[in-house]
Amino acid sequence: MSILLDQRTAVIVQGFTGDKGTFHAKEMLAYGTNVVGGVTPGKGGARHLDRPVFNTVKEAVAATEAAASLVLVPAPFCTDATMEAADAGIRLVVTITDGVPAQDMMRVKRYLWRYAKERRTRLIGPNCAGVISPGKAMMGIMPGHIYKRGSVGVVTRSGTLGYEAAAQMKALGVGVTTSVGIGGDPINGSSFVDMLALFEEDTETDAVMMIGEIGGPQEADGALFVKENMTKPVIGYVAGLTAPKGRRMGHAGAIISAFGDTAAEKAEIMRSAGLVVAPSPAELGSTVAQALARKPSHRVMVPQ
Amino acid sequence: MDIHEYQAKELLTGFGVRVPKGGVAYSADQAVYRAAEIGGNGWVVKAQIHSGARGKAGGIKLCATDVDVRQAAKELLGKSLVTTQTGPEGLPVHRLLVEEALPIARELYVGFVLDRKRERIVVVAHPHGGMEIEEIAQREPEAILREVVEPAVGMQAFQARELAFGLGLAPAQVSQVVAIILGAYRAFRELDATMVEINPLVMTRDGQVLALDAKMSFDDNAMFRRPNVAELRDHAQEDPREAEAAAHGLNYVALDGDIGCIINGAGLAMATMDMIKHAGGEPANFLDIGGGASPERVAAAFRLVLSDKKVRAILVNVFAGINRCDWVAQGVVQAVREVQVPVPLVVRLAGTNVEEGRRILQESGLPILTADTLSEAAERVVTARNAARAA
Repeated sequence: MSILLDQRTAVIVQGFTGDKGTFHAKEMLAYGTNVVGGVTPGKGGARHLDRPVFNTVKEAVAATEAAASLVLVPAPFCTDATMEAADAGIRLVVTITDGVPAQDMMRVKRYLWRYAKERRTRLIGPNCAGVISPGKAMMGIMPGHIYKRGSVGVVTRSGTLGYEAAAQMKALGVGVTTSVGIGGDPINGSSFVDMLALFEEDTETDAVMMIGEIGGPQEADGALFVKENMTKPVIGYVAGLTAPKGRRMGHAGAIISAFGDTAAEKAEIMRSAGLVVAPSPAELGSTVAQALARKPSHRVMVPQ
Repeated sequence: MDIHEYQAKELLTGFGVRVPKGGVAYSADQAVYRAAEIGGNGWVVKAQIHSGARGKAGGIKLCATDVDVRQAAKELLGKSLVTTQTGPEGLPVHRLLVEEALPIARELYVGFVLDRKRERIVVVAHPHGGMEIEEIAQREPEAILREVVEPAVGMQAFQARELAFGLGLAPAQVSQVVAIILGAYRAFRELDATMVEINPLVMTRDGQVLALDAKMSFDDNAMFRRPNVAELRDHAQEDPREAEAAAHGLNYVALDGDIGCIINGAGLAMATMDMIKHAGGEPANFLDIGGGASPERVAAAFRLVLSDKKVRAILVNVFAGINRCDWVAQGVVQAVREVQVPVPLVVRLAGTNVEEGRRILQESGLPILTADTLSEAAERVVTARNAARAA
C-alpha cells in the first residue's frame, strides 16, 4: 500500500491544455500515472495527449470515473476549480499553484465540509510539489527519478527540501511509500496531522519523515499527534534556524510571528514529543536510515 | 504588505469606522496648514512608518500651538526612526499624520487576525488598550476576549455585542463599538487583510468612540484583485533590494552574515542557510529564485546578492525538478560572465541532468568551485569565505 495515490488511481488534470498542464501531464504519464483525461472549460470534446478533454469536472467524472484531480490553473481560479472538483465527487485534489489568497483557502476548506465524510474531498496544497508514490504514480511536479520505492512516508511543507530528503534517502538505499508536499501557505488543504494519521494506518509504511519550517502551529500539532497516536518512528526536521523574526521567508506561511514559531522551538517540541530530529539538513537521509535500523521491519515485502 | 496608519484610517473610514479629524503632511508647512484646517487648540503629529511602538521612540508629538506643530514636523521629517520593532537602522519618516488631540476617557484594544490554527478570522478585544498585544497577553491574559468568525456567514452583530458588553461598556457606547467592530471586520474581509489592529480604540470624555491608531496588513497573494490597496505600497519603507528582487520575480530577504545565497525553493533555501550556520558561517541573505531558473533570473540574482557589500563568498544550491541542471548550469555560466563575480563561488547542483550540469560548469573555465552534497557545499563556501577574509 501507499497513501492517497497508486497506479490504479484515475487522475484528471484541471488546466489540462495549458503549458503547465501539458508539460506535467506528460511527465505524469511517463511515470506511469493513470491520467484519464482533463478539464479545460471551452475545449470539451477535443483530445489532448491522446486523452479526452472535458468542459466540466462533472462530465469528466461521468465519462472516466476519475477519483483524483491535479489543479494547475492560475491562482485566482484555484478555489473555484477545487470546489468544482469537490462538487463532482473527486476524492483527492492536489493543487500545485502558488499565490492563492489565504481567505480563499479559508472559504474553500469550509466548503469541503459541506459534504458527508464518506464522500468528502481531501485537498493537498496549494503551493506544493504534489504527491508521489514511488514506482506507482505521481501527481505533481517533482522529478520522479530521485525517489526510490520503499517503506518511509514523507510529509513536507517545502518541495525542494523534500527532493533533498528523497535524494539523500535514495543514496543510502532507503525508499519511500508516499511523499506528500502539503505546501508553504499559512492555510493549506491538509496538515501534517492529516498525513501522519494516514501513514500510521498504512501497512507498507514503517517510519515517517516530517519536514517543517518556521511559522504556524502545524508542526507542533503534528508532534503532539505523534506522541499521542503513533506507534511508528517519526523523524523530524524544521528549516529556518537562521530566519529573523517577522520576515517572510519566501513561503507565505514562513514567518515567525508568535511564540513557538521559530525553528528551534518547533524542533524542541518535536524532541519532547519523542520524534528523532535530524541534526542538520544534510543528515535527513542518515537519520531516517538509523531510525529504520533500530526498528527492524516485521513485514514481508512482496515484490510486485 | 503593510500600509501607513493614515492610509489604514482612510480605508477604515470607508467602512464606517470613526477616526479623529486629521490629514497627511509631507512638509512642515503642510503640517501647519493641516493643523489650521483641523482647528481646535491641540494637535498630535505622528511619524508615518511601517512600525508600531512609535510613541516610545519619540515619533508621536503632542502640540499646543502651530509653532509646536512646525517644530515637531521639522524634527521628524527626514529622520530615521528607530523603534523596538524596526531594527537598528530604523525606518525613514517622509510623511506625517496631523490629528486633533482628543480628551480621552478610556482606551480599549480591538484586533482582527487570520488565525492559522483555527483557519478562521478571530477578533480579539481587551479592556486596556495602548499596549502592544504581546504585552497585554503577558500581563492580563484572562481579560482577553475572543470571537471566532464562521467563514460561511461572516461576523454576526451578536458577536460584536458580546465583545462590547464584555469590555464593560455602557449601553450608549455599545452601539458605537459594535458599528466599529463590524465595519473593521468588513474591511478585513473585503480588502483581503491579514491583520487589522485598532489600538487604542478610545472613548472621549464627551462619549464618542474613535480609532485613535490603526494598523493594517494585507495578503500579498490577493493584491491582484485589490488594486487600490496594492497602490498604497510605500517602497521607502522597504529594503530597496527586496523591492528590486520582487520586480524580477525573486524572493530576497537581507540578513547580517557574509555568505550570499542563491537557491531554488523557500524550504531548501532555509535549510541551506541552516547548513551554512552549521558549518560555521552566516548567511548574508535568503534568496529563492523559484522554479524556472532562466539565465536572466540567475543573473539578476547574482547582481542582487553582490549589491550587498558584506558578501565575501556565494553559494548557489539548485535542486532541479522542472528546470534541468544543464539549463541552470548554463544560466550560472552566462550570469558569471555577464555580472563579474569578484568573490569565491560555490555551486551545488542536484536532480535532473546533474552530470550534464556539472560538465558545463567544469568546461566553462570559470573559477567555480563545485560540490555534490549539501554538507560539502556549505563547508566549501565557509572555507572560501574564510580564505577571502584572510586575504
